[in-house]
Amino acid sequence: MEKLLEILEGLHPEVDFEIADDLIDAKIFDSFDIVTLVAEINAEFDVAIPAEELIPENFNSAEAIWELIQRLDEE
Amino acid sequence: MRIKPKRKTEKRKLITVIAVTVIVCAGILLLLQGLLMPKFMTDIKEGAMIQEYYPNAGNNDVIFISDCEVYENFSPITLWEDYGITSIIRGSSQQLIWQSYYLMEETFKYEAPKVIVFNVLEMKYNQPSDTGSSSQREAYNRMTLDGMKWSLPKINSIYASMTEEEKEKDGIWSYVFPILRYHDRWSEISAEDFKYLFSRDTVTDNGYLMQVGVNPVGDDYPVIPLADYKFGENAYYYLDKMVELCADHGTELVLIKAPSLSPIWYDQWDQQMEDYAAEHGLRYINFLDKIDEIGIDWNTDTYDQGLHLNVYGAEKLSAYFGKILSDDLRLEDHRNDPELSALWKEKCETYANRKETLEKENMSSVK
Amino acid sequence: MSFTSIGFLVFFGILVILYYALPKKIQWIVLLAASYAFYLFGGLKYLAFILFTTVTTYLVAVYMDNNHKKQSAYLKEHKADMTKEEKKAYKHSMKVRDRIWFLATIIANFGILFFCKACLVDPLRSSSAPVISFLSVGLPLGISFYMFQSMGYVIDVYRGKAEAERNPFKVALFVSFFPQLVQGPISKWEQLKDQLFTPHYFDRKTVAFGLQRILWGFFKKLVIADRIAVAIGTLKGTEYTGMSFFLLTAFYAVQIYGDFTGGIDIAIGVGETLGIKMPENFIRPFFSKNIAEYWRRWHISLNEWMKSYIFYPITVSGPMLKLALKSRAKFGKFGMRLPVYIGSLLTWLGTGVWHGFNLHFIVWGLLNCVIIVISEELAPCYEKFHAKYAWSNTRAYNVFQIIRMFVLMNLIRATDLFNDVGDYFRRLFSLVWNFNWHVLWDGTLMELGLSAADYIILIAGIVIMFLVSFFSRDEVSVRVKLQRIPRPVRYTLFFLLLVAVILFGSYGIGYDASSFIYNQF
Repeated sequence: MEKLLEILEGLHPEVDFEIADDLIDAKIFDSFDIVTLVAEINAEFDVAIPAEELIPENFNSAEAIWELIQRLDEE
Repeated sequence: MRIKPKRKTEKRKLITVIAVTVIVCAGILLLLQGLLMPKFMTDIKEGAMIQEYYPNAGNNDVIFISDCEVYENFSPITLWEDYGITSIIRGSSQQLIWQSYYLMEETFKYEAPKVIVFNVLEMKYNQPSDTGSSSQREAYNRMTLDGMKWSLPKINSIYASMTEEEKEKDGIWSYVFPILRYHDRWSEISAEDFKYLFSRDTVTDNGYLMQVGVNPVGDDYPVIPLADYKFGENAYYYLDKMVELCADHGTELVLIKAPSLSPIWYDQWDQQMEDYAAEHGLRYINFLDKIDEIGIDWNTDTYDQGLHLNVYGAEKLSAYFGKILSDDLRLEDHRNDPELSALWKEKCETYANRKETLEKENMSSVK
Repeated sequence: MSFTSIGFLVFFGILVILYYALPKKIQWIVLLAASYAFYLFGGLKYLAFILFTTVTTYLVAVYMDNNHKKQSAYLKEHKADMTKEEKKAYKHSMKVRDRIWFLATIIANFGILFFCKACLVDPLRSSSAPVISFLSVGLPLGISFYMFQSMGYVIDVYRGKAEAERNPFKVALFVSFFPQLVQGPISKWEQLKDQLFTPHYFDRKTVAFGLQRILWGFFKKLVIADRIAVAIGTLKGTEYTGMSFFLLTAFYAVQIYGDFTGGIDIAIGVGETLGIKMPENFIRPFFSKNIAEYWRRWHISLNEWMKSYIFYPITVSGPMLKLALKSRAKFGKFGMRLPVYIGSLLTWLGTGVWHGFNLHFIVWGLLNCVIIVISEELAPCYEKFHAKYAWSNTRAYNVFQIIRMFVLMNLIRATDLFNDVGDYFRRLFSLVWNFNWHVLWDGTLMELGLSAADYIILIAGIVIMFLVSFFSRDEVSVRVKLQRIPRPVRYTLFFLLLVAVILFGSYGIGYDASSFIYNQF
């Protein structure tokens, strides 16, 4: 989770990811950010996020992203 | 239990509101449509003629159906005055043969004429928008079609007349709701449109559109040879239908070629009509061969260099044709019929007044 | 059958009556029959196209769905006695089974679409007639739209996101649903599946809203877009450069906006009248501040489709992720974005080709792509700029941004107008050295085929269009706001709108009504 927050802050330093829960809905993340994030996560956690998981519910908050990573890691 | 009736009244109220709204909106749209329709009262009077038939329908022994070569060349008033023959013209500009046919069909719904006169120049057009620009053709069609009352012949006539462009666009709907056709006229609305919103003047005398000007014939019209003189199949199809229709109703169909010098009436065309008439036992009169007999003087009897006759020429031609109708076709003289006499007396007066007014106007404009 | 024909209005009127009068059980069947009737109006010979897509879509979805069901049953049964690796291997083997038929369906369908785009004459875009138009047949109606809609469904089922529909006729309705056939919006299965098949009861308000929206679409399309089309035709003539070219791009913006959003308004309004809500396709796009934002607000359903089914799969695919790691090693953090660039490029190429099989659409796609990527990369600079200069955060600056976006987008969009890409660039550069200011006052404007009255109508129409957009900037539609005013006033307003469409619409014999621009993409 720590590492994830680091990555997120690298993308958008101005956002407080501890509390933000509408990253997609508030249009903070665009598709470029998401793809970059997926690449970072892959590099850092060795988890490949497939295209079908790229939906707003999975990316609206740091927590959601973290849950997604864990779920995919288990499968 | 008390709720139900309340709902019922509410529902009724709602239906009333909707009904009133729809009626008001439809009323306003109809009014707008009336305003936007061209009135044809001053400029192109030809557009107002078809609708003038209806109040004068019934009791006509002779019906002329065709284009400008009848409505500017024959005068029903003269036929009445000289021979007591009742007649009316169902003419319109550039009337096409299928339109004439359907007008004929419609006419039989209103009366049983003894003779129908058809001018064969129409045979030269075989298809909608055959010649000329398509927009012009469509506009001419409108002058024939818009004035007709709704009936099966009108619908058939519309379908027979529509150009490809029309079919692609609004099709028959622009005839059902003419506002779709004339909506662009909003920028041209004038005092005339308000003046004639609810009632229009009568521009013809039983279908005859009077011209009093004089413009003598000049040089001969050139006879340009054609590649093919044979009339089109479609034209013949409708001519056949006319023959059949008149036979069914026991009405004599008389084919004529009016004495107009242009468009050229080719000898080859004349021969085809001669043959056709002979084959079908019809009377065919080419008035171009009888100019001298009729007494037409091309210096005084035409208002546009021989394309059409003026009132003086038309009266001569009508007197000549009346003799044929009365002697050869044995049409009855109704001048002793008190009812008809009263009716026609009025028409004659209108005619005389119109002639006088127009002559005065013409004199002052010449000066 | 064009949405703005009387024939369509009659068709729609009859449909609405049957739809609400017949038993609810067959309501969706009425809709299916109407959709096929609508499709067949476009030509009987195209029936095979839509049937092929429907049948393949139905079969492959059911096949994949069966596999998924087998898979989860199997996994459930053997939950205890399988290791993680075994499970993974099993899932993979199942996926491979899906993949063959999935790919075959996708390739066959897109192959047909590609063939149609490349080889069939598109009568509505004869100006941009494809190079190899050897068949004198038009494009099948709505092929680009129903194809994307169907393939979206197939991909969703493949991904396990959606369950397959077992009733082939229901799939047929989803594929052929007539409001979207003409120019979209491209709906997802998730968005329509329940709405299409549940009973809809007549609701005065829903129907009124739907009809109001249709009327508004008619206004935009007939009064504005079709009227201005004449001038665009003239301005495409070779002698118009400089300011005239600039005007052309602005006129074209008005036309395409009126035409496309108007058409979508009609489509969505038709759906709404039937109680079916389709996804919005536009969110006031001309109020965007940059090109990327514009593309999130213009033709949304297509761009969403492209994003979900092309951009994401490419950018997050295994090879791309590997590539990202490699390029990071070489170029650092910046290299991480390589997949984004490649994905964008391919997506925009795809969008370009979707619009037409022609070089100028590819140029158009690339221009969009380049500008979006550059502005994305410059984002940090912008942020610094806005942080440093307070005036750059004022409303006036926002207006400047909006105008800047408008002009820039107009220039990009104009590629669409010229078959010859060279011609486009020649005119674009003429803006630099030959501005021709004088065309604005030397009477040229009156020679474009528009009369003074036309200009007055256009200006009034554009102002109304602008105001409607402006007043719905809080995402609440103007129709909802109008509910607050007294009923007689509201009725009068809509009646006036109807009269305006009838009187000032550019239709019928008098005008050469141009067909929907997006009709047959």
